[in-house]
Amino acid sequence: MSEFIIKNGHVFDPVQGIKGDKKDIAVKDGKIVDKVGSSAKVIDAKDKTVMAGALEVHAHVAGPKVNAGRWYRPEDKHFDSHKKPGITRIEGGKSIPTVFKTGYEYARLGFTFAMEAAMPPLYARHVHEEIHDTPIIDEAALPVFGNNWFILEYLKNHEVENTAAYISWILRQTKGYGVKCVNPGGTEAWAWGLNCLTIHDPVPYFEITPAEIIKGLIEANEYLGLPHSMHLHQNDLGNPGNYKTTIDSLKLAEGIKATNKFGREQVLHSTHLQFHSYKGTNWGDFESGAKEVMDYVNKQKNLTIDTGNVTLDETTTMTADGPFEHHLHGLNHLKWFNVDVELETAAGIVPFIYDPNNAVFASQWAVGLEIALYAKDPMRCFITTDHPNAGPFTRYPRVYSWLMSKKCRDERLNSFKKADKVISATNLAGLDREITLYELAQMTRAGPAKCLGLSQDYGGLKPGMNADIAIYNINPDKFPSGGAEIEKAFANVAYLFKDGKICVEGGKVVDMGHKKTFWVDAKVNENKQVMHDVREKFLRYYSVNENNYPVPESYAPHQHIIGVDATKA
Amino acid sequence: MNTVTLTVKKQPELYLECENVNPDAFAGKKADAIAKLGAFQGKEISTLGDYFTITGEAGATAADTKIVVNGDCTKMKYLGAKMTAGEMIVNSACDMYTGSWMKGGKLTVNGDVHSFCGLALAGGEFTINGNAGNYLGAAYRGDWRGMSGGVLRVKGNAGSDVASFMIGGEMIIGGDVDIHLGTHMEGGKIILKGNANRRVGGQMVKGEIYVFGKINVMMPGYKPVGEVELTVDGTKAKFTEFIGDLGERHPKKKGETVYGKLYMKQ
Repeated sequence: MSEFIIKNGHVFDPVQGIKGDKKDIAVKDGKIVDKVGSSAKVIDAKDKTVMAGALEVHAHVAGPKVNAGRWYRPEDKHFDSHKKPGITRIEGGKSIPTVFKTGYEYARLGFTFAMEAAMPPLYARHVHEEIHDTPIIDEAALPVFGNNWFILEYLKNHEVENTAAYISWILRQTKGYGVKCVNPGGTEAWAWGLNCLTIHDPVPYFEITPAEIIKGLIEANEYLGLPHSMHLHQNDLGNPGNYKTTIDSLKLAEGIKATNKFGREQVLHSTHLQFHSYKGTNWGDFESGAKEVMDYVNKQKNLTIDTGNVTLDETTTMTADGPFEHHLHGLNHLKWFNVDVELETAAGIVPFIYDPNNAVFASQWAVGLEIALYAKDPMRCFITTDHPNAGPFTRYPRVYSWLMSKKCRDERLNSFKKADKVISATNLAGLDREITLYELAQMTRAGPAKCLGLSQDYGGLKPGMNADIAIYNINPDKFPSGGAEIEKAFANVAYLFKDGKICVEGGKVVDMGHKKTFWVDAKVNENKQVMHDVREKFLRYYSVNENNYPVPESYAPHQHIIGVDATKA
Repeated sequence: MNTVTLTVKKQPELYLECENVNPDAFAGKKADAIAKLGAFQGKEISTLGDYFTITGEAGATAADTKIVVNGDCTKMKYLGAKMTAGEMIVNSACDMYTGSWMKGGKLTVNGDVHSFCGLALAGGEFTINGNAGNYLGAAYRGDWRGMSGGVLRVKGNAGSDVASFMIGGEMIIGGDVDIHLGTHMEGGKIILKGNANRRVGGQMVKGEIYVFGKINVMMPGYKPVGEVELTVDGTKAKFTEFIGDLGERHPKKKGETVYGKLYMKQ
C-alpha cells in the first residue's frame, strides 16, 4: 500500500493534545505511523487544518424509515438531483439524500464514520442493504430496544441478566452496534393511542414505567460492557416544559459506573438534547431550558450528549417516536407516515419547515446552539442535527459557523423577524463563547470516538491509529470571519483520507474507499430462558419465521466485528 | 420588447427538457448565445441550437423579452417553466411541466398540453388554447404546495386531478374535467364551464369551485346551504351553494368555521 506524508499542516488532535501546532503526519498501510520512507507521496498542508476524520454519533441515514421518507417525498429531490463530473453517481435529495449522496457528502465534510441511530431489528436487513450501498464512510446501526416486548417483560421484573442475554442475541441477529432507546414505553403506549410523557407514566398492559426501562437498559448495557453506552431519545420530546423530564431521566444514571474495556466513561448518551430542553407551558410562553439541562450534564461525568441543532431548513422528521410524529402532523397538517413494527417498535415521518420567521423555530435554533456553548467538557458534547430531524447533516458547516463565530450567530439572531421574542425567550444573545478548532475536534472527532468505544483506532492522529484524516482549507492563524467562508471551508475538504487512501481531493470524490460495517458481537452465558422466550414469541406473534430473522452474512460483506466477552463464571 | 423566434428543426429521440426556454434564461442574449444554452435529453446534455433554428434577440431583461416557438413541440418539456416576466407563445402542443412554477409574465400555448402543466403556478397568466392533461395546476408529485397565484385558462377539456392542493390564484376551464377536481384545495378559485365526472373538492379545506355543467357523482361531504346570484367570469347566473368537504379539518376565522365552497349553476 502507498505511503503519504502530510506536511506542514496545523494539526488539531485532542488525543495527543495537539492544538494547531505544525506537525507532519505520516501514513502507511492504512495506519498513522511515526515515519515513512523518502518515496512517500507528499501532501502539502501548509496553511491548512489537519484533523482526524469526523464521527457522526447520531443520524438517520439508512433503513426502512429513511427510505419511506425518500419514496413519499419525491418533491425533496425534484430540484436537487444532479450528476457532478467524475466518478460519482447522480446525487439526489436534500433532507433525505440517496445512499450515494449520503456517502459523498459526509466524505466531503470530512466524516469517515456515521452511526445510523435507529434500526428496527425486524427490518435490519434493509438497514444493512443501505449501509452497504453507502460509499466511503464506515457505518454502524443501533437497534431499538425501548419498546420491545421482551425488554418490557424482563425489566418489569428487573431481570437484567435476561435483558442482557436478549440484547446480545439481537446484536448478533441484526449485526447491531449497541442499545438505542426511543421514547421508552411511549411508542408501545402509542399502540393503545396513548403516550408516556413523564418517566413515571405506566406503559399500558406491561405495567412498567419509562424510568424502569431506562435504568434497566443502562444496567444491561454495563453488564455486557458494550463499546457504546445506552443511547437515549427521551420521553416528551419537543414539548414546552419537558426539561424537567429530561433532567429526571438523566438522574437515573447517577451512581452507575461504566464497565468496559474500550475506554468509554459514560453510561448514558442523551441524544438531540435541544428537543428536550424547553421551559414554559405552551408555545406562547416557551423558553429555553438549555442552561438548566446543561448545568446538570456538566456536573455528571458519566453522561454524554449530542445537540440536535435546528438548521432552519425544510426537512423531513422521522423517528421511532410514533406518537410524536402524529402530534407533529396535527400541528402542520402535512403528510404523515406511520408504521408499527410488530413486537419491537414503530416509526413516523412528517415533512417539516423550520421557518425562521416563526419565533418558536428560531428559538429552537437558539436552544441547540446554547447546548453546545454551555458544554464545559467538549469531550462529552457532540454536534449533530439529528439528521434529518432538526436539519440535514449537510448543514454542519453552517452550524459550525454559528458556534465558532459570535458575529455569525448574532447576525442570524438579530435578523429574525421576531428577534426580540427569540432574544427574550433564550440566553443565546448573552453567550460570547466561540468554539475553537481544538474544541471542534473534540466535539466531532475524539469525543464521539470515545463515546462509541472506538477511541483505540479512531478520532485521533496518534501513530497506530487508523489513517482517517480530514484536511481543511483553513489557516487557523487567519481564521475566516465571514459565515460564508467558514461554511465553504468545512463543506469541501482539501483532502479526505479513509483507511490511508485519498477519497476526496479538493472537494471532489476521487475514490469510493473500502467502507466497513461495524457491529458488536457480545458473548454471554447460554440462557435457556431467553432462547425459550424467543422461540415462543416467534411462534405466537412474529409474522416471520425465526430462521428468516437474522441478517445474512451476504448483507454485510465488509464487517468490522468488535468482540465483547460478557460470560460470567 | 424584443422577440426571439425558435423553430423546431430536429425532433429529439426521447424528450427534450427545455428548462432554458423562457424569457429569464434568454434575457440579455443574442441568437448565438441562446443557441448555446443547454438542454437535457435523458442523461445527455445538448444545446438548444441542436434542435431549434433561432432568430432575433432577447431584450435586456425577461420583461423585455418575447419568445415565439414554432414547429412540433409534442416532445418538449418545461417550456416557459419558472418564467417570472415577459411573454411566450408556443404554436404547438407540448409536453409535461409547460408553464410550471411560473411566477409572472404571459404564456400562451396554441395547442394541447400534456399532464403536469402549470404545476404550482405562483403568478402570471398561462393560457392553453387547446386541451390539458391530468394534474393541471396541481402540486408536484408528493408536494402539498399547488397553484398559489396567477391565472390559468384552458379553452378545452382537462383531465383528472386538476388543481390538486390549490392554495391561491384562479383557474378557468372551458370544457369538462375527469375525476378529482380541486382535491385538498386550501384556497383559490376554480371555474369549470363544462361537466365534472366525480369527486369534486374531495378533502377541500378552503377555496371556491364554480361548476356551470353537471357533476356526475357528488361527494357525500357537501351540504347545500342556499342559493345565490353571482357573476362568474362575466356570466350572471343563479347558483346553489354547498359547503364542504365536511370530512376534512376546517380552520376558524373570527369564531366562524371556514369551509370550502362549491357553487353549482342552476
